[in-house]
Amino acid sequence: MRRVEGVAYFPGCSLKDSARSFEISASYVMETLGIPLIELERWNCCGTVFSLTDDDLMHHIASVRNLVRAQEMGAERLIALCSMCYNTLRRVADRINTHAEDRTKINEFMDQETDYEGNVTVGHLLDLLRDEVGWDRVMDAVVRPLEGLGVATYYGCTLVRPRASGIDDPERPTVMADAVESVGATPVMFPFQTECCGSYHVVDRRDLSIERSYRVLRSARVAGAQVVATACPLCQFNLEQAQTEGPGDEAPLVLYFTELLALALGWDGTGSEPSKRILAMCRTPVEGGT
Amino acid sequence: MDEPKMTQIFIMGKAYDVPVGLTIMDAMEYAGYRFIRGAGCRSGFCGACGTVYRKAGEYRLEFALACQEMVEEGMYLTQLPFTPAPRADYVLDELDPSENVLLQYYPAIARCVSCNTCTKACPQDIEVMDYIQAALRGDVQRVAELSFDCIQCGLCSMRCPADIKHYHLAQMARRLHSVSASPTPSHLKERLQEIEAGTFDDDLDELVRMDLEGLKKRYASRTIEQESEGSQ
Repeated sequence: MRRVEGVAYFPGCSLKDSARSFEISASYVMETLGIPLIELERWNCCGTVFSLTDDDLMHHIASVRNLVRAQEMGAERLIALCSMCYNTLRRVADRINTHAEDRTKINEFMDQETDYEGNVTVGHLLDLLRDEVGWDRVMDAVVRPLEGLGVATYYGCTLVRPRASGIDDPERPTVMADAVESVGATPVMFPFQTECCGSYHVVDRRDLSIERSYRVLRSARVAGAQVVATACPLCQFNLEQAQTEGPGDEAPLVLYFTELLALALGWDGTGSEPSKRILAMCRTPVEGGT
Repeated sequence: MDEPKMTQIFIMGKAYDVPVGLTIMDAMEYAGYRFIRGAGCRSGFCGACGTVYRKAGEYRLEFALACQEMVEEGMYLTQLPFTPAPRADYVLDELDPSENVLLQYYPAIARCVSCNTCTKACPQDIEVMDYIQAALRGDVQRVAELSFDCIQCGLCSMRCPADIKHYHLAQMARRLHSVSASPTPSHLKERLQEIEAGTFDDDLDELVRMDLEGLKKRYASRTIEQESEGSQ
């Protein structure tokens, strides 16, 4: 295993606002494992959506600026947590790192600023844990195994698609299941794990995103899950909306996968209601926990 | 006395010979322009005299305050003394800073593509784009701190391809930050109480009754508070 002292980390806007618990729990996990997340000193929005128009380099500039910040820190790799940010940053990096002409064009537009040299790669916390930290090391750090907890691992779209930038098989991903298994929970496979939650349709077609997200929750419940684990603030938001507004009964709890890992590693969950309920659901009694 | 050394500049496209070493504002007045609006403190603080110019042989447009920037040979320039940018209406005490009110009142910030053109237009060298990005994530304190030197000239908003109203948003953030996060200064509270209690009424009445000569004498003999004696 390669020794890692800490990793350059891009939070993204949601993690500083609506998805605070995603960041707090992930930081707790990585501190506990001895690989702290080192936040970029300056960062801007990732760009939110990767532009699919070939010549639309303007909409890649936001991501490139973040890669420049990582470069200024001396980091060769940047880790994201939010699936949307990951997807956007990763696809921009893949394109700009390999297309010198595009890179020149963007550098010339940025003009009197630091050039991007094209050497920063983008990863997600899940593939960092799987490929470099290893599940064994996570397992060794567990103080409260989440035994008896059925967790449906929900990937949504942007973590695994398109194939070239996904962190796992786009049809049958297993990385999140391995993550929750390493902390003692029981991963629950369900057919909607890579279905779309409705995404930004929540803004103008709320009915549509509620319906889609409700189907995800129902499928997870039917498969026997008590909890749905997510990796995206927008999926999380839409599933929570479906939980409270949809026709749901006994809907599973929805949490970021990092919250589950952190709870197993001793985090107190900042006293949130879902974390208390999760600990109550586990077979093992809650020990310690400040 | 020697004739002053002259240089040629172009004001709104028309050539003028002006003495070397003048600011843009002084050079324009030398050339015969009279500022009825678009000039204020003449010291780089009020933000009334935004200027856009291009140096000879360059392609870039540059931005400055006319009262601060010196003329150069072959400079093309014009004044942008006012930005007709709309400002949001809000009642400060009724806002909840824990919500992202900046985004609610200035939703155009969500259109920022991080081009950084605003930063390059700022005559105060403020990291304008960085504070817009901080606003997107609801970090009022960071917006207030980064924008502290803003003088509201509006050049950032004049250049923005996303039509963001940076300077108005930044002002809102500084106000929010000061009412929600900054401590209430105790000396201000005390002074307001003194004023209400009429502590200074007699002194003020005396000044009101004083004739012009008396006022001048009083002004000339006043004690100027040294920095070392200041409240800090």
